[in-house]
Amino acid sequence: MPVQVKGEVLNVKPVGGYYSMTVVASGIAERTKPGQFIAVAVGGDDGAMLLRRAFSIYSVRETGVYGGTVEFIFAVTGKGTAWLSRQRPYDPIDVVGPLGRPFALPREPANCVLVGGGYGSAPLFLLADALRTRGCRVDAVLGASTGDRMFGALDAKRMAASVAFTTDDGSYGERGRVSDVLPDVIDRVHADVIYACGPMPMLEAVQRVAGAAYGGAGIPTQLAVEESMACGIGVCMTCVLPVVGSDGNTRMVRSCVDGPVFAGDRIRWDALGTVPADAVGASS
Amino acid sequence: MSVTLRPKSRTPRHVDVDMTTTLGSFVAPDPVFTASGCAAAGRELATYNDLSLIGGIVTKSIKLHATAGRATPRMAETPSGMLNSIGLQGPGVDVFISRDLAWLEEHDVRAVVSIAGTSVEDYGKLASKLRGKALSMIEVNISCPNVEDRGQVFACDPVAAADVITAVRRSSTPGVPIFAKLSPDVTDIVAIATACVEAGATGLSLINTTLGMVIDTSTMRPLLAGMTGGLSGPAIRPMALRCVWQVHAALPDIPLMGVGGIRTGLDAFQFILAGASAIQVGTVIFNDPGAPQRVSQELREVLVSRGLSNVAEAVGLAHRPRQDPPAPTVSEGPPVTTPPLADRDDRSDASNSSDIEAASFDDDLEVLMFNDAEDA
Repeated sequence: MPVQVKGEVLNVKPVGGYYSMTVVASGIAERTKPGQFIAVAVGGDDGAMLLRRAFSIYSVRETGVYGGTVEFIFAVTGKGTAWLSRQRPYDPIDVVGPLGRPFALPREPANCVLVGGGYGSAPLFLLADALRTRGCRVDAVLGASTGDRMFGALDAKRMAASVAFTTDDGSYGERGRVSDVLPDVIDRVHADVIYACGPMPMLEAVQRVAGAAYGGAGIPTQLAVEESMACGIGVCMTCVLPVVGSDGNTRMVRSCVDGPVFAGDRIRWDALGTVPADAVGASS
Repeated sequence: MSVTLRPKSRTPRHVDVDMTTTLGSFVAPDPVFTASGCAAAGRELATYNDLSLIGGIVTKSIKLHATAGRATPRMAETPSGMLNSIGLQGPGVDVFISRDLAWLEEHDVRAVVSIAGTSVEDYGKLASKLRGKALSMIEVNISCPNVEDRGQVFACDPVAAADVITAVRRSSTPGVPIFAKLSPDVTDIVAIATACVEAGATGLSLINTTLGMVIDTSTMRPLLAGMTGGLSGPAIRPMALRCVWQVHAALPDIPLMGVGGIRTGLDAFQFILAGASAIQVGTVIFNDPGAPQRVSQELREVLVSRGLSNVAEAVGLAHRPRQDPPAPTVSEGPPVTTPPLADRDDRSDASNSSDIEAASFDDDLEVLMFNDAEDA
């Protein structure tokens, strides 16, 4: 169960092209599973920005001098994230979490490839810990537009048996996209499952590679999507995407409570941003 | 450790305020409800509120059949508000009854069921389906396009609005309160309100969203997939308050629910003073999922601080003529009937009043008073 916590900022620091914020928010850390997110109120109790900002949980600390803490990574993309970047230690901050469905973990030790795009890699480090605890092999592919937008390169080198880096401009690692190097990684490590988080076009490309793996036999994926949210808790119905259910029917499901992690082969990639005509309740 | 879990209890001790409010035959123990479309069917908010303590959940407008809604993007943040164009996504009334209404009943949460259709017949069928079900009230969302009248919105035409209310009244459980939720996008909201009441509406919910638009300056196209969307949140609060004021002035005996950007107990109080018997918290839930219970607690404090012992006596109080004896106001200091505030130790009689214990507020009240002065 998520909790709403009036916490306070422990620290905010620039990390490459991003920011890291750690908040003291008791009750969230001990409940967090890899892939879950928090929804942070911005602008203060009296401010003009009403919608919470959703961020993947990067790391948690259950106990310590300050009590439970939660760390997340953000890019300044608008007024809300600019406000966050200006917060200072001891400033109050209202956090709801942990929210959403976490990554499903393999029951048996498996070879796992973790793919991150930009700061979409943030939730993959908690995941790597959980996978390695279960005896899984972890390899990573991290991509970004430029080197300073690569998040967690050092972490990745530490936790993964191998890491491949790609940037659009070649300023860090290979020039290209994660989906360019992913097929080789799958074959080299005999991957059993792919986990990914990042922009939707990247996730779509990852799913395409996964579907074509092993001569078309395919490989299961667990993808954490980035859809625009208003509430993060399942009441507003704005973060929907078309997903095929176990009954074979497509429904517009909420990425905040039914996701953000989905099996990649369930997402209707061809119909993102639309309501497909065969969706349950689509106007004919 | 400054971290506290919500909902934070801020109810003053030993203070007796009657929060009961009457909405036709429905006597609600609290005047704070959730607004339709901002609370789904309540279940998700139970994590952040004790829903049995608020007046009830106004459920997301339900249609006869499952509805997938509109394409995305469905939402845009705007100054002190948001635009939405969801398209009434929902499971259809049958699943709603068996799943959502059953959950609300099981958890002792009062249900106000909002219904929406695209023809007068739809509304009548919905009311029939809900006959005899465990609900406190029906709210009729008439801000929907009428397919039988070239997409004209029912709420914008007094005849169409009245036709819908007549159909719902005819098919509903006899005596169940029926509230029509009106759109502010009309020339004369009193005319629509009057038509609904004459057609059998018990009361009115004021207001639904007002139509707005945002253009994405990168793509140079409308940001929402649906082009336009409903504007909600504190940005429309003055408009909502004006509608409540106008309708209460014209129809003083008709119970009203005030809706529109209510964020605090003081906001709720403004609506009650304007003539609302109950209020609904909507978009602010997205900002603060604990808002329904918080607003209820804050409203209770507001009533106490003004020496009001119940909600009912505050309803429409702002309409009293100026020459009347002034109602108790906080800025001029508590009147003799009001328990003195604990932190006003400059009052000479404070130490020997037996009411002091009743007025042991936490520090927040001072903030509350300050805000009020600013708002005034």
